[in-house]
Amino acid sequence: MEYKISNRLKIAAVIMMALGLIGVTSGFLSANSVKTVEDVKVLLAEEAHHGHGDAHAEDHHGSHHADEHHGDSHGEAHGAHADEGHHMSHEEHVLHQIHNRPWAALYVGAFFFFMIALGVLAFYAIQYAAQAGWSPVLFRVMEGITAYMLPGAVIVLLIAVASGTIGHYNIFVWMNPEVVEHDKLIQGKSGYLNMTWFIVRGIIFISGWALYRQFSRKFSIAQDTAGDNRNFKKNFRISAAFLVFYIYTESMMAWDWVMSVDPHWFSTLFGWYVFASMFVSGITVIAMITIYLKSKELLEFVNDSHIHDLAKFMFGISIFWTYLWFSQFMLIWYSNIPEEVTYFVTRIEHYKLPFFGMLALNFIFPLLLLMNSDYKRINWFVIMTGIIILCGHYLDVFNWIMPATVVDRWFIGLPEIGAILLFGGLFLFIVFTALGKAPLLAKGNPFMKESEHFHY
Amino acid sequence: MEASKVIHAIYTDDDVLMSAVKKVKAEKHHIEEIYTPFPVHGLDKVMGLAPTRIAITSFMYGCVGLTVAIVMMNFIMIKDWPQDIGGKPSFSYLENMPAFVPIMFELTVFFAAHLMVITFYLRSRMWPFKKAENPDPRTTDDHFLMEIAIHDNENELTSLLQETGAVEINIVDKDEDAH
Repeated sequence: MEYKISNRLKIAAVIMMALGLIGVTSGFLSANSVKTVEDVKVLLAEEAHHGHGDAHAEDHHGSHHADEHHGDSHGEAHGAHADEGHHMSHEEHVLHQIHNRPWAALYVGAFFFFMIALGVLAFYAIQYAAQAGWSPVLFRVMEGITAYMLPGAVIVLLIAVASGTIGHYNIFVWMNPEVVEHDKLIQGKSGYLNMTWFIVRGIIFISGWALYRQFSRKFSIAQDTAGDNRNFKKNFRISAAFLVFYIYTESMMAWDWVMSVDPHWFSTLFGWYVFASMFVSGITVIAMITIYLKSKELLEFVNDSHIHDLAKFMFGISIFWTYLWFSQFMLIWYSNIPEEVTYFVTRIEHYKLPFFGMLALNFIFPLLLLMNSDYKRINWFVIMTGIIILCGHYLDVFNWIMPATVVDRWFIGLPEIGAILLFGGLFLFIVFTALGKAPLLAKGNPFMKESEHFHY
Repeated sequence: MEASKVIHAIYTDDDVLMSAVKKVKAEKHHIEEIYTPFPVHGLDKVMGLAPTRIAITSFMYGCVGLTVAIVMMNFIMIKDWPQDIGGKPSFSYLENMPAFVPIMFELTVFFAAHLMVITFYLRSRMWPFKKAENPDPRTTDDHFLMEIAIHDNENELTSLLQETGAVEINIVDKDEDAH
């Protein structure tokens, strides 16, 4: 069963990328048009948001003060701020936030699509390591999606590094030597959190994942025409090894690429939480692309039971995500330690809609929509729920990055949608091109017969 | 009441049983009951049984459990004896809600699980000290038994069941009252 990316899809992907590029560029241009503190003063006067001023202290530039108390009261923190005679005025904060927004928007979009591909890679490795019998008919779809992992990861790392070199430390404050100079906490972490090690670790993560992707794809294709199961066995072994490597590097990647945007704050289950997010997004995209290809009558060997199982995973991992999200939230909320709880104070204060909206999209919708067994077999229903889950997890990434970079100056506007279109177009282009490079049935897999006859 | 006659066909393999059920259904005979030592996957569908509605009851029991948890915690922690735990003397249900989420979860699961099991037993007409309906004790070990009512077609049924690979065929007088 062969697939070739259609011209229509190719053109659509290119148009998405072009529109996205326009959005991203205009985001950067309009951010840079606000150049000085004077401009900000004019802007703020125009916005006429009076009594809003004391809300801005709880941003990442506040992390200059290692000894500053990040209390619930923003006004107080801001007062302390001013009393110390610190050189940063409110307008200057706003100026930084305005400049940070296009960078953060770009980073959120890039990370979201990269995380889908990495989640699928982990799912794929689990299928091999567990010698699952139901899923081999979906292997080529998964291999197509994981083609985006390498470019996606490189883009994320490049944006992160560029924000600390070309940009003005727009995403990660710990990259700014001036900040570190005044910050005892970051100084204490600088053995780990420094540019060189950040890049070295990033390269180690990416090359490990990419090596596994490269070889598993190679063995998978070689198995199609092989007379014995040697390639399959190799794939089984490297998948098990990869999963060990992955569970460490994924966690560290989550600290480096996501958690360190708030360098004072940490959570010990953050890696798992990010994992749950990427896993459920990845499985959702597997289901959506499978249903798309099936609607083109290209996957006639995929039956309702396969869709049912994928939908069960979407349901289950959505609840797993909620479990981890809540475990992190409740402990911090309950203990109410200022330096920990500030993370959620910022989000609940300035991000009420995305923060609680994400909970509805990622938990309540999948829970109620996918609870009924029969609905998990209705293709359009799985697609609709999938769209909700993906929107929810985009917001999840948004809630990781934005509060640390733009604080209350967030909006899902041109820069954000531009980044989604840009990387979404690139994702579609790379994934569907890769899908066309090999037969859609991995026919040499020893479990193929079981998988084709899979019946729940 | 007049005793009715039933035929008991005994099988020793679930795959043989499955194909036998298909053949018997194809001949348009009504299968009264099948006794198996373990759940046979897909047997209900082949027998043409209506799908179970126990999931719907489970959902409703879960909703009851969730409601009980919400009302109970509101009474205990907010209304009856307001408590200050972790420096949160807000005395507002909503503001203390995250602390109650584990309780809501547990009671939802508890109600759904226990009431579903009880419903299942009642619906299957099983209760303590009830006399077993099982016609042959071997079906609790390694034999499968198919029961078909006879309506003046004893010979036809016997030969059909023999063809399907039954290892033993018995004609039994069934006393309806013993049910």
